Amino acid sequence: MESSMYLPEASLDAWLAELASSHELIVPRREGDAIVFGPYDPSVSPDISRDATAPPKSSVFPACEEIMRYTSVKDTDDLSKTLVHMEEVMPSGSRVVFGARPCGTRGFTVYDRVFDAPAMHDPYYVARRQSTLFVTLACSEAGSACFCHWVGSGPADASGSDVLLVPVKGGWLAEGVSDKGRELLSSPLLTPGEKYAGEAKAAKAKAMESLDSAADLKPAPEALLAVFDDMEFWNRMSAKCISCGACTYLCPTCYCFNITDENKGMEGSRLRTWDNCMSFQFTLEASGHNPRPTKAHRLKNRVGHKFSYYPGLHGGAIACCGCGRCIKSCPAGVDIRQIVLAAMDRAKASRQGNTTGEHA
Amino acid sequence: MQPLEDLKAAIKEALPGLDFVIGWENGWNPLLATPLFMYSPEDVDKLTWGPFNVNNPATYLSGLKGKKIGVVVKGCDSRSVVQLLQEKLIRREDLTLFGMPCTGVVDATKIARKVGDLGMISGAKRTNGTLSVTTHEGSVDIPWEEAAADKCLSCQYPNAIISDHFKGDPLPPTLGRDPAAEQLAALEALAPAELFAHWKDAMDRCIRCYACRNACPMCVCRDHCIAQTRDPHWLSQDDTVKEKLMFQMIHSLHLAGRCTECGECQRACPVDIPILALRRKLNSVVKNLFDYQAGVDPSAVPPLFTFQVEEAKINERGW
Ligand code: SF4
Ligand code: SF4
Ligand code: SF4
Ligand code: SF4
Repeated sequence: MESSMYLPEASLDAWLAELASSHELIVPRREGDAIVFGPYDPSVSPDISRDATAPPKSSVFPACEEIMRYTSVKDTDDLSKTLVHMEEVMPSGSRVVFGARPCGTRGFTVYDRVFDAPAMHDPYYVARRQSTLFVTLACSEAGSACFCHWVGSGPADASGSDVLLVPVKGGWLAEGVSDKGRELLSSPLLTPGEKYAGEAKAAKAKAMESLDSAADLKPAPEALLAVFDDMEFWNRMSAKCISCGACTYLCPTCYCFNITDENKGMEGSRLRTWDNCMSFQFTLEASGHNPRPTKAHRLKNRVGHKFSYYPGLHGGAIACCGCGRCIKSCPAGVDIRQIVLAAMDRAKASRQGNTTGEHA
Repeated sequence: MQPLEDLKAAIKEALPGLDFVIGWENGWNPLLATPLFMYSPEDVDKLTWGPFNVNNPATYLSGLKGKKIGVVVKGCDSRSVVQLLQEKLIRREDLTLFGMPCTGVVDATKIARKVGDLGMISGAKRTNGTLSVTTHEGSVDIPWEEAAADKCLSCQYPNAIISDHFKGDPLPPTLGRDPAAEQLAALEALAPAELFAHWKDAMDRCIRCYACRNACPMCVCRDHCIAQTRDPHWLSQDDTVKEKLMFQMIHSLHLAGRCTECGECQRACPVDIPILALRRKLNSVVKNLFDYQAGVDPSAVPPLFTFQVEEAKINERGW
């Protein structure tokens, strides 16, 4: 099969219906004034007019998943004993996620290094990840919160995707990225796409040009370590943060989770739910001690993890795709780009014996 | 703008006696200013005033105990300050209030309905009755009533209710529509099952980020909110719509008669759930029962902070 096929806009709904017949299909849907990923409904076209408010992360890493169920039963032979029956709940089925932008899909590559690695194999994550295909939509124009090119990505980045749709006249050029993705392109609704190759290439270049020049983040990992104990810096950077969970829950690369047992009488579930480092409870210890007692400590962790600690553990890979959601959705207008730049300035200035960096 | 220059001068003069002054500066997007913490005269030069100063700076106050703080307030923000003072959650002697007359702020959600992605906006300018928004596709003129926050269309307090430094000429109250009241009336007209369906549908996309709670100036438990305690276990970690709606009930009840309808909860919601209606409902109950409005009179005692042996509008005996 050809690795690039043409998908006319007029055939989109039919193709989606076809995908939905063999997979659980997840698409960006307009709900009120937001666009969020959810199950495909044949009577409503997905909203791909702009990048979704929430990324597709819950398709592989749900906000809440039951990982085990348990029931306590009295041992009828010895009533002083209680037996606990446990039942593992593993994800099943196969999914296709349609319509995420490259930054949203690339987020899973950040998770893969953590949850599907020699050191750690998370069976729940891996089961979903391996059975989920991504048909990603390349961007034609960058917005002012976008900075994918700072982190080694771009508006047509196919990392993490199985198919990349590049907008061309009257539809998309569907580029097969993985073998499973190429299989999705065998539908008779798609036609050979060679003649659109030039146009697709030009569209990608044009989207790249819509971004300003990228900041050089090479000094960031070291700079963030250099300012680690500089609490005056972090207090100022976090002054306007209200310590909510909007940035982390909407981030395609935030993967922290919490495990709780929710009991209902003699039975219950063990749940894995999203956690977020901006929350006071994140590192609250049973003793009452909290190593990250203020929002300054917590914001330091969010930025440090993405731009310094994670790259330090994973061969320099930055744990941010530059999607800008944390900027756009922050109720207080906290801009992670400014914080990284200010940390680099601050570290440079203190190396030169001057304590006020220009962004600080 | 002369009043702004006067205000900056007043802030610079007061700054040496304060830890910092909170106001607004230009944000990542021309439509959205962002809170500015001013520590030095150079910071004061970044101060902006106008239709993009949406955030309510009073949100920060209860978390800044023991500091000497200056705050620049719009009229509605000053109501939050008044209510916090009435509840003795902050101390007047720790505060220096700066104000200017306010002609209304934008509602980014309404603007996104017209122009789509806020990230594509490259310019925004208000001229009297119109907000002109520029995107890569060109310029769109939006009538002010369709761009402004609902609360601004019928604002009764466009000037700071209390202030130490007020610059510019005070404005009269605004006499426009009250779309939020219309929305509440429409919800009140629904049958219980329909109303429940409305909230189930709206709350389904809640991500439980608690931005609504943390943006609220009157929500002061913050790190110790019962939404996240294991004991008592009011809410489970399960992300069902029931749990999500339950939190909205908790927040609304805790805000009954305290909420100044600043709208920060709804504005902060990253998935734009229209949750303000719940707070408005509880406030209308308090208004009917106690004839009380939050945050307009520094010397008034909030109704839930006191009691009458015989409440005028509550029939406790004689059933
Ligand atoms: S940075 Fe913004 S979104 Fe994140 S916790 Fe702070 S206020 Fe909330
Ligand atoms: S840190 Fe912000 S910009 Fe980076 S991936 Fe997360 S939400 Fe997107
Ligand atoms: S509940 Fe909402 S409208 Fe009321 S004071 Fe809090 S943030 Fe403002
Ligand atoms: S801000 Fe919105 S999404 Fe977040 S908890 Fe409140 S209602 Fe839910």
